[in-house]
Amino acid sequence: MDDARISRSGSSPRLWLAGGWLLLALLAAVLAPLIAPQDPLAQDLMLERLPPFWLDGAEPGYWLGTDSLGRDLLSRLIFGGRIAFIVAFAAASAACVVGSALGLIAGYFGGWADRIISRIVDIWMAFPPVLFAILLVAVLGTGLSSVIIAIAVIDWTRFCRVIRAEAMGQARMDYVESARIAGYGRIGIMLREVLPNVLPSIVALLSLEMGIAVIVEAILSFVNLSISTDDPTWGGIIAEGRLSIHQAWWVLVFPLITLILTVLSFSQFGEALKARFDPVLR
Amino acid sequence: MAEPLFSVRGLKVALPDMTRKPLIGRAPLAEILKGLDFDLPKGSVTGIVGESGSGKSTLGRTLVRLLEPSAGSISFEGRDISNLSEAELRPLRRDLQMIFQDPMSSLNPRHTIFNIIAAPLRQNGLGDRLKERVAEALQRVGLPQNFASRYRHQLSGGQRQRVGIARALALSPKFVLADEIVSGLDVSTQAQILTLLEKLAAEMGLTVAFISHDLSVIRRLCQQVIVMREGRIVEASATDALFENPKQAYTRDLLAAIPLPEIDPDWLRPPEKASA
Amino acid sequence: MSAACLDIRSLSAVLPNGQRVLRSVSLSVQPGEVRALVGESGAGKTMIGKAVLGVLPTSVRVVDGDMLLEGEDLGALQPKARRNLIGARTALIPQDPLTALNPSRRIGPQMTDRLVRILGWSGERADSRIRQLLDEVQIRDPERVLKSYPHELSGGMRQRVLIAAAFAAEPRLIVADEPTTALDVTVQKQILRLIAQLQRDHGTAILFVTHDLGVVAKISQKVSVLYAGKVVEEADTAELFAAPRHPYTRALIAATPRYTDPYASLKPVDETVLAGLAAEIAAADQSWRPGHG
Repeated sequence: MDDARISRSGSSPRLWLAGGWLLLALLAAVLAPLIAPQDPLAQDLMLERLPPFWLDGAEPGYWLGTDSLGRDLLSRLIFGGRIAFIVAFAAASAACVVGSALGLIAGYFGGWADRIISRIVDIWMAFPPVLFAILLVAVLGTGLSSVIIAIAVIDWTRFCRVIRAEAMGQARMDYVESARIAGYGRIGIMLREVLPNVLPSIVALLSLEMGIAVIVEAILSFVNLSISTDDPTWGGIIAEGRLSIHQAWWVLVFPLITLILTVLSFSQFGEALKARFDPVLR
Repeated sequence: MAEPLFSVRGLKVALPDMTRKPLIGRAPLAEILKGLDFDLPKGSVTGIVGESGSGKSTLGRTLVRLLEPSAGSISFEGRDISNLSEAELRPLRRDLQMIFQDPMSSLNPRHTIFNIIAAPLRQNGLGDRLKERVAEALQRVGLPQNFASRYRHQLSGGQRQRVGIARALALSPKFVLADEIVSGLDVSTQAQILTLLEKLAAEMGLTVAFISHDLSVIRRLCQQVIVMREGRIVEASATDALFENPKQAYTRDLLAAIPLPEIDPDWLRPPEKASA
Repeated sequence: MSAACLDIRSLSAVLPNGQRVLRSVSLSVQPGEVRALVGESGAGKTMIGKAVLGVLPTSVRVVDGDMLLEGEDLGALQPKARRNLIGARTALIPQDPLTALNPSRRIGPQMTDRLVRILGWSGERADSRIRQLLDEVQIRDPERVLKSYPHELSGGMRQRVLIAAAFAAEPRLIVADEPTTALDVTVQKQILRLIAQLQRDHGTAILFVTHDLGVVAKISQKVSVLYAGKVVEEADTAELFAAPRHPYTRALIAATPRYTDPYASLKPVDETVLAGLAAEIAAADQSWRPGHG
């Protein structure tokens, strides 16, 4: 029965589909200067609002058309991916490290540590997250690092709550007691016995959080609170596309599709990874 | 009789009672063990028997100092260990080992069998010749060497419990606590595990506390028995004496309640005085 | 013999991957008789109980065989008619009395519900019936018990309540699924005594699922020994203990601890017995075709 489960999750199509899209988007972002067909910032009013390649009036080299300033949409999306991925990795990793560590400590040690950490989480979660982010960026000033810090500061609680609950469950297992019998100290037990068992959840949450970070970054760009307006960001492109929806729908639709696919892929990739890790359990 | 390995005097243990915990504040303490006195002679197997709520598992966990007594003393080889800190206990851990009731929960699903057996060896300064020692431990409990690379979900219930025994005995401890180690197993596997423990205890000269709710598995394995009820010792004596001539009514009730695999039409007949 | 209370004829069931979990099981329970179904984990004993009550998990598919309840072929009935018949003539005493009761409802309404809803009794009739049964299971203060929530009662009390509920509707057949496994021995004895008493008084047939040969010896008149979903031996209980025929039965009896005879019991099951069983199962599977059971 266990073997059947391993092979089923091992050949999971969602792992490959989601992973494939993420890899594609990541490669495009990393190699942006080499593969982008046009300069993402080059304006040319002669080329404004060109439609995508399969419609009448399209220009070769502008595959997804151009925006109202004549900038190439595909190139802007590819360069916008750089910021999306930097924010996703940096912010999600920071939130993950802080949140998971505190969650692990609260769940495994319990007692005072748990009471203090849980109170902080409760208070933290009373703030509306988007307003909190806007406030933070307003205080820290716009810029890439401010966006990353804002997301990490807001979303560590997500990791903390889930990992705390899982660590509490693990702490009741006999193998934790068995490690005490073997002579391990508390920190040693936490790292050796508890952490490996909550790791699949951490990985799944991390991936999910990357997707959330992409969205939050897009929201901040949308309200013009992210980085300088010159660099293309997905949220910024969407904000501009919204203004010309009636003349050039593609400027809104393509970045939205890119954003949705990426966020969905992150969450599915995380879930699929967890399922793949999991057959060892139960 | 030789000098006892364990000497327990006036032992009391109180634990927080979560069922009576108020909404705010600490749970009140409930006294689980209400003053126990007994010795565990070196090299003997002692059965600790009782029904649920008797405190037998609490007693076991206090002996290996997973729990701390609230009063009284536990001396191990003449040294009082009742209030030692975790750090002070660490050098003693090698000699105070435990086999758990549920081998599923006591084996970490993320570690290979090798790592599970090796962990206490590494932690207690026996990290040299690790491969050899783990191989020896597996062989001792009758598991093939290639099991070292497996995980717990690839083992049957009986095999898991053998790993639990291998881990506890890898350190050649002086004392082993066996907490209901066969209650989750099928009869056929139960017999294998009990005969294995019987053999190893004799070979290695172990002192064993064998906790069970079932008196019927005690007789073969144990030299003396402690019968517990509601945190107190009801009766403690040599095994044969206890089974052949139980002094306390409660012990007699416990024995009479065991359904032997024999036809006995009178067994289910209500006691005479029940109508009164 | 006239209509048996329960008659199972070469019942086979498979998992989605084609693995057989019941292998042409045949057994019958005569009116007023207790038949024990004994086996180790994975033997399929609980599965048979579930099949009788029509509550098999959806992953298990019955591929062959018939089940007759007092002569009526369950397989020939429409699902609704089958549920009604099973509901009216059978009852279950479950293994775990705690999970079998709804923790957020009082005992009283939980007990009368079944009588009112399924059998269409009036509230008063159900209530007086339940009180009568609580008396029979020797619950001395029915008022308090009926008003209690499940967690306020001890394990033994909860099991008494469930026994009373099972007998209340006067079923012809009760499936008792390891009803004493979760209990202490002294409580187990009281519960077994009650089940035997009520069984005699009401003339109910019981299919008694257990892993404990000691319980089999005390409670049953007939016994079927199961291994890997196959009945390996079936006999009068007295006969089975006096002269077990199948090597596996002999091995099981020898493995069961007996404090009266410590060295003749607790014998590990011999490898050759298990090898013989494996060969027997393989041979049975080879000759088996769905529909020709």
